[in-house]
Amino acid sequence: MEKRVVFQNRYLPYLLIAPQIAITIVFFFWPASQAVVQSVLREDAFGTRSYFVGMENFLALFEDEYYLNSFKITALFSTLVTTIGLSLSLLLAVTADRLVRGTTAYKTLLIWPYAVAPAVAGALWGFVFLPGPGIFAWLLLQAGVDWNFHLNGNQAMFVVVVAATWKQISYNFLFFLAGLQSIPKSLIEAAAIDGAGPIRRFWSVVFPLLSPTLFFLVVVNVVYAFFETFGVIHSLTRGGPAKSTEILVYKVWYDGFEAQDLGGSAAQSVILMAIVIGLTVIQFRYIERKVHY
Amino acid sequence: MAKVTLKSVKKNYGPVKAIHGVDMEIADGEFIVIVGPSGCGKSTLLRMIAGLEAITEGEIVIGDRVVNDIEPADRDIAMVFQNYALYPHMSVHQNMSYGLRIRGMDKANIEKRVQRAAEILQLQPYLQRKPRELSGGQRQRVAMGRAIVREPSVFLFDEPLSNLDAKLRVQMRLEIKRLHQQLGVTSIYVTHDQVEAMTLADRLVVMNQGRADQIGSPFDVYGNPATTYVGGFIGSPAMNFLSCRVETGTGGPKAVLADGTALMLPAEWTPPAGNYTIGIRPETMRIARPGETAQLHLNVDVAEELGADTLLHGKLGDEDLVARVPSHAGYHDHSRPGLMIDIARAHLFDPESGLRIAL
Repeated sequence: MEKRVVFQNRYLPYLLIAPQIAITIVFFFWPASQAVVQSVLREDAFGTRSYFVGMENFLALFEDEYYLNSFKITALFSTLVTTIGLSLSLLLAVTADRLVRGTTAYKTLLIWPYAVAPAVAGALWGFVFLPGPGIFAWLLLQAGVDWNFHLNGNQAMFVVVVAATWKQISYNFLFFLAGLQSIPKSLIEAAAIDGAGPIRRFWSVVFPLLSPTLFFLVVVNVVYAFFETFGVIHSLTRGGPAKSTEILVYKVWYDGFEAQDLGGSAAQSVILMAIVIGLTVIQFRYIERKVHY
Repeated sequence: MAKVTLKSVKKNYGPVKAIHGVDMEIADGEFIVIVGPSGCGKSTLLRMIAGLEAITEGEIVIGDRVVNDIEPADRDIAMVFQNYALYPHMSVHQNMSYGLRIRGMDKANIEKRVQRAAEILQLQPYLQRKPRELSGGQRQRVAMGRAIVREPSVFLFDEPLSNLDAKLRVQMRLEIKRLHQQLGVTSIYVTHDQVEAMTLADRLVVMNQGRADQIGSPFDVYGNPATTYVGGFIGSPAMNFLSCRVETGTGGPKAVLADGTALMLPAEWTPPAGNYTIGIRPETMRIARPGETAQLHLNVDVAEELGADTLLHGKLGDEDLVARVPSHAGYHDHSRPGLMIDIARAHLFDPESGLRIAL
């Protein structure tokens, strides 16, 4: 049931949401509209004049094989971050849910990574995997792996996925744990009496009831992998080696601020914007329809 | 079908003793109701029989197997939960057949059993619906259907009607009774509602703080409560308890109440003289007829009109007394009727232990 508040004064509700609207306009709508404007302009070499070029920036993008490659990299990166992140956090949440004692300590410890800034997380994992002094790097070297993620693209991808996943696990964990704890215990008991073992109970009763949470987290994690991993990638690999970890959002920044192609960069932002709008719409549609059992 | 035996079953949660040792023999096909207020251990006891709680001490036998270390799934029981515990993402049909599918029964057989249970419970039109599309009473029936299709030897009910409104509760109570007559499966039913307990039970177990105070037929428990606790719990309004001193002498034994009223006890009662608690049910009192010498006079504070009967609440000395009299007797607040007591239906209890004195 939706609860509706009725206001006596018809201007009061507008006044109450005004600060939020103001912030949204200044920090979201205005930059977004600037990106849209910029995406149909091209600047001259000295940055003194802009010309209207229509869809040319967009057309150029789809002929740019680096851009198409960046799409593939982003797809791989976000798939890995989402699937690995969600599986691990579900496993951790199920474990925490079974704990009788020490739950608080366990939960608190698991939440820490979320408080770490992306750049710091990147630096941290950078040290861990740093060829030479890094502890994991050393272990890998001992195991006979020719480890240097600054040179090997696949290894670089592995490191950014680890760092980005690690940071997101806390968030996923909290939602999964809340989801698990909202499942009535008697359902599990009924399934036990019905003869289902622990694994069967999980897949036929617990997991279906978690699916709304899971879907929500998939969307959130995809958005995270697309947009919020800039800091991790910038501090670990700077999109390299040889652009092997250059995801879309990193390329936006690189093309705009390093390569000084503001028009192309803006066109990429507009495409990203369309993607995130699409994801949000899917999420809201789904949640409205499906979440309530 | 099976009989169930509990041998000094105990349950501790750490240092806290929840069940102090319950002994019970439940015959094949019997309907046993475990009744008591919340926190008396009745649900714990049921969950121990189901295998959802470990047994600290003692033995539970279902059929001829000791089930202490047997998983709930293998105890050949089915349970109906208070909140129904239906799987929300499954249809009614899937809910009912889940246990059978897990056990690997073939499809034709599953279909036959589900259809039969649906027919008994009048659920055929709803088989494809999800639990959220059903009313409370229908959900309750699905929960029972899920138990029936398994054809277990014992049904366990954990306060199955307490989430329903009063009218539906009466109706479902009847359905459960009919179902039991039809299927004849040993049933153990937990409730805090004494009306459910009295109407459903072949035998009643009255639990009090982890102990079974009395096990007996509803009639027996009502008529001969083993303790003041049972007398106070079963029957509405509750049995009156008055402290008294029994005097033996010429003219037979008599009980002298705190306010000095002396009640002659039946001559065949031979309690030793001393202090007792006398238990008198409100419905064993009546208004003295004209010409009769009233055995006691009650100062009525409040007369509660129930339609057929009136409850006269009053004080005798400092002790509360309730009498249930027919409405047409015409007594009202602040009246002072003279009452007669059917003393043969009263009971004497030990004032310390609360145990009934055998007379």
